Amino acid sequence: MNIGIGLPNTLKNTNRNLIIEWARAADDGPFKSLGVFDRLVYDSLDPLAMLAAAAAVTEQIRLATTVLIGPMRNTALLAKEAATIDVISGGRLTLGLAVGARHEDYDVAGIEHTGRGRRLDEQLRALRNHWEDGAFGPPPVQAGGPELIVGGLSDIAYARAARYADGYMHGGGPPRAFAAAADKMRAAWRDASRPGNPRLWAQGYFTLNVDYVEQGADYLRDYYAFTGPFAERIAEGLLTTPQAIHAFVRGYEDAGCDELVLFPTVADIDELHRLADVVG
Amino acid sequence: MNILVVGGGPGGLYASLLLKKLHPHYNISIVERNPEGATYGWGVVFSSVTLSAYREADLPSYKAITDQFVIWNPIDIHYRGRLIRCGGHTFAGMARRKLLNILTERCRELGITVTFEHELTDFSVFADYDLVIAADGVNSFIRNEYADAFKPTLRAGKARYIWLGTHRVFDAFTFIIRENEHGLFQVHAYPFDGDTSTFIVECDEATWRNAGLDSADEAQSIAYCETLFADMLRGHKLMSNKSAWVSFTEVKNKSWTHENIVLLGDAAHTAHFSIGSGTKLAMDGAIALANGFELHGDDIAAAINHYVLDRSPRVQMLQQAALESQTYFENLKQYIHLEPEQFTFHLLTRSGRLNYDNLRLRDARYVEQVDRQFGVEDAETHTTHIAPPPLHRSFDLREMRLANRVAVMMPPSDNAVDGALSDAYQQRIEQLAHTGAALIITEPFAVSESGRITQKCPVLGTVQLPQLPQFVQKAHDSGYSKIALQLSHAGRRGATRPRHRGIDRPLPDRDAWPLLSASALPYQPDNQTPQAMTRADMDSVCDDFVRATRLADEAGFDMLLLNFAHGYLLASFLSPLTNIRDDDYGGAIDNRLRYPLEVFNAVRDAWPDGKPIAVAFTADDWADGGITQADAVAMARAFHNAGCDLIMPLAGQTVPNVRPNYAPGFLAPYSERIRNAVRVPTLAGGGIITTNQVNTLLAAGSADVCLMDL
Repeated sequence: MNIGIGLPNTLKNTNRNLIIEWARAADDGPFKSLGVFDRLVYDSLDPLAMLAAAAAVTEQIRLATTVLIGPMRNTALLAKEAATIDVISGGRLTLGLAVGARHEDYDVAGIEHTGRGRRLDEQLRALRNHWEDGAFGPPPVQAGGPELIVGGLSDIAYARAARYADGYMHGGGPPRAFAAAADKMRAAWRDASRPGNPRLWAQGYFTLNVDYVEQGADYLRDYYAFTGPFAERIAEGLLTTPQAIHAFVRGYEDAGCDELVLFPTVADIDELHRLADVVG
Repeated sequence: MNILVVGGGPGGLYASLLLKKLHPHYNISIVERNPEGATYGWGVVFSSVTLSAYREADLPSYKAITDQFVIWNPIDIHYRGRLIRCGGHTFAGMARRKLLNILTERCRELGITVTFEHELTDFSVFADYDLVIAADGVNSFIRNEYADAFKPTLRAGKARYIWLGTHRVFDAFTFIIRENEHGLFQVHAYPFDGDTSTFIVECDEATWRNAGLDSADEAQSIAYCETLFADMLRGHKLMSNKSAWVSFTEVKNKSWTHENIVLLGDAAHTAHFSIGSGTKLAMDGAIALANGFELHGDDIAAAINHYVLDRSPRVQMLQQAALESQTYFENLKQYIHLEPEQFTFHLLTRSGRLNYDNLRLRDARYVEQVDRQFGVEDAETHTTHIAPPPLHRSFDLREMRLANRVAVMMPPSDNAVDGALSDAYQQRIEQLAHTGAALIITEPFAVSESGRITQKCPVLGTVQLPQLPQFVQKAHDSGYSKIALQLSHAGRRGATRPRHRGIDRPLPDRDAWPLLSASALPYQPDNQTPQAMTRADMDSVCDDFVRATRLADEAGFDMLLLNFAHGYLLASFLSPLTNIRDDDYGGAIDNRLRYPLEVFNAVRDAWPDGKPIAVAFTADDWADGGITQADAVAMARAFHNAGCDLIMPLAGQTVPNVRPNYAPGFLAPYSERIRNAVRVPTLAGGGIITTNQVNTLLAAGSADVCLMDL
């Protein structure tokens, strides 16, 4: 299993220097991927622009949207943007797509909320067709285009991933929640007669500075306020010790995760170094 | 804070007392339309695992409740004159009346007003309260009044039941299955206070009418049941408590809250009595509601949110299990052909919460008996005292003997060159032969070039593939593996790009070949529109299947699996979603079956008598207007009558946009239904990854062979 780290694109006090330093330090290892979140109505940096910036200052690390709200975006433009990041990064983009959990983002973007699932299906199909033999470039560096990963919680998401994508992005939770989702994802993959196995991505939150525990939990309560009291559960899941991270990593690995991306909850470069020490 | 609680059942009382304890300054009043002490129903059951929450929530009522408990652990099943007992479960029961007394007293002690015989008719009083807890039961007036907001769905069960009591004391949770000239009856009985038992009699609607119970009064109903179960009652009477025949109503609500009203207990949700008590659900809900107030103080909205978020996933899971259980009892007739051990095991594992491994932990002797009795027609194992678990029992299909009950399937490869196989194939077969599975099934081989899914699918068409005999040999070299060849024609799902980047992506026109299907409907808008098959096409494809069958026999394969599923060519005839023909091959299921049966018969004729054939078909399209349960049973029956030895039900893929279900073993329910309805051996698959799943399905008579995803 690879371990990735999130770029702090939804955290307060992020700036040019931190982003560049963060991306470069992550690229030095042991991290294999950099993840970004997508949120419109929030003080966050745009995920694709972030990955383009990270592409310019890194050499090895995979760049992933974990995940992008696909149906909010025009498919032709997205195909071009993604192909462009793939070109700039030399073939390192993983495009994770899902329908998203917030009505508000669609409303503010002026995009119809109903029918988003069907539009995501069409988008996934169209993206792959475009990258394989579209009428215009740029041709992506990765043959057939960036790795496509689908997120979502329902059995429809597993079917969607099995039908149109290369794998599945789990939304977070304890290892046993991931294990149950992974079993269903693999069953859907088999059922669809796909060769090989789905790539399984997952994510978690951490802080390794005792002084940041409350701040990190507050960030999660704020970020997930739209889920109501459930935000408290997410905050309770914050990994705050090396022991918790080891247990989490081991649990995900045992359940067959391919790529686990751990997200910071406080924008401090020391967090990245502490995590590197723990998982390295 | 002013709180009105409507309904003085266990949920309403318990919520009131917990809230009052938490916030003594809250002004809480309970109204109940029945008189004090009047109660309907006899005993209630708790499972011991839930009690720690009650202890934590309120110690005095916990002590008073547990003081009343009668505790037992076995489940007894009386079936065909046999009594089978399975221990280790642990239940606790008490009289519903006593429970209500305890909770009412405790409420009064805390200063809550409980007003009995108060029928609330004017809901405008709700405006005077900060919070209204609607705990007014399964027929909740409040829920009905605000149905637009709560959006309830009420589903009446198909069975009829009557809730009786008796002084015949049972020492276990007791199921009695009894058939007479009117039909099939089942009893759910359990002790609750030391000298009385609850005795619920249940039967299907036809039985109920045949027995004249639809027009029987209370005394006549009781007399009928007393006669029918005289031996079990041992001279004791059945007692009524305003008892009448009713059907169980499953209650669900889209929302549990509206303005200042929150639904609690049966008003919000019910779960069939065979799986757990509504009392327990209501009291657990009360605890969650109180926890919400503990966490969020006087913030009512946040407290209610906590309650809903905490309870809805649990209630959903329990309702799912309860529905499985309810459906099982409604369809019990289907299962009474099963031998006692298999019948009993199926009853115990009906809702998915018990299985082979955890039953072994609860009662090892019981499971050893299940092992010994598995497949009793085989005298060899019948006389054995020490028997292997069901998974390790052999199974005969015609002259082929499978060493165990596990099959594995080769994943698709998409690397054949012009239909011929790559060297990697041999290695894969060798790997599968060493998994320990008794049956290896290949990926689908197309019966012709035009029947391929992708350009690189293997084809067994006009010529023998030289490597095939070696593959069969590789499988046989393991000493126990048999190998089945899977044959298919892709139909309208053909001419697609390699599947490593997704499925059903059409090839560019220059590479594609013309497609056939039952009707001229493309799989998706951008897929090629197939030709509706002509009679000449049908003959030609049938010949292809026969030719492939002969080549498969020549190569030494032990079995054939015909893939008539997943929207491929033969499947396109079977589903009404893909077959809109108006000739003899479209319309009713008999017509839709006509051509697939023709192909099956031709293949059966060409395949040696001693070798078995399996058919895979789609038992559920997961889409509106698709194959029905009755269709699936009709298909299984037709293929079985034509000489098919093993049915493999699949689901989905008929059309691209579906409502799928990938729960572990998701195909097993179809296997179970078909096996029991048609009495044909079945192969169950769908995310089976543990030997526990396999043993559970086999012991319950839900399948004969299981496809494991290794």
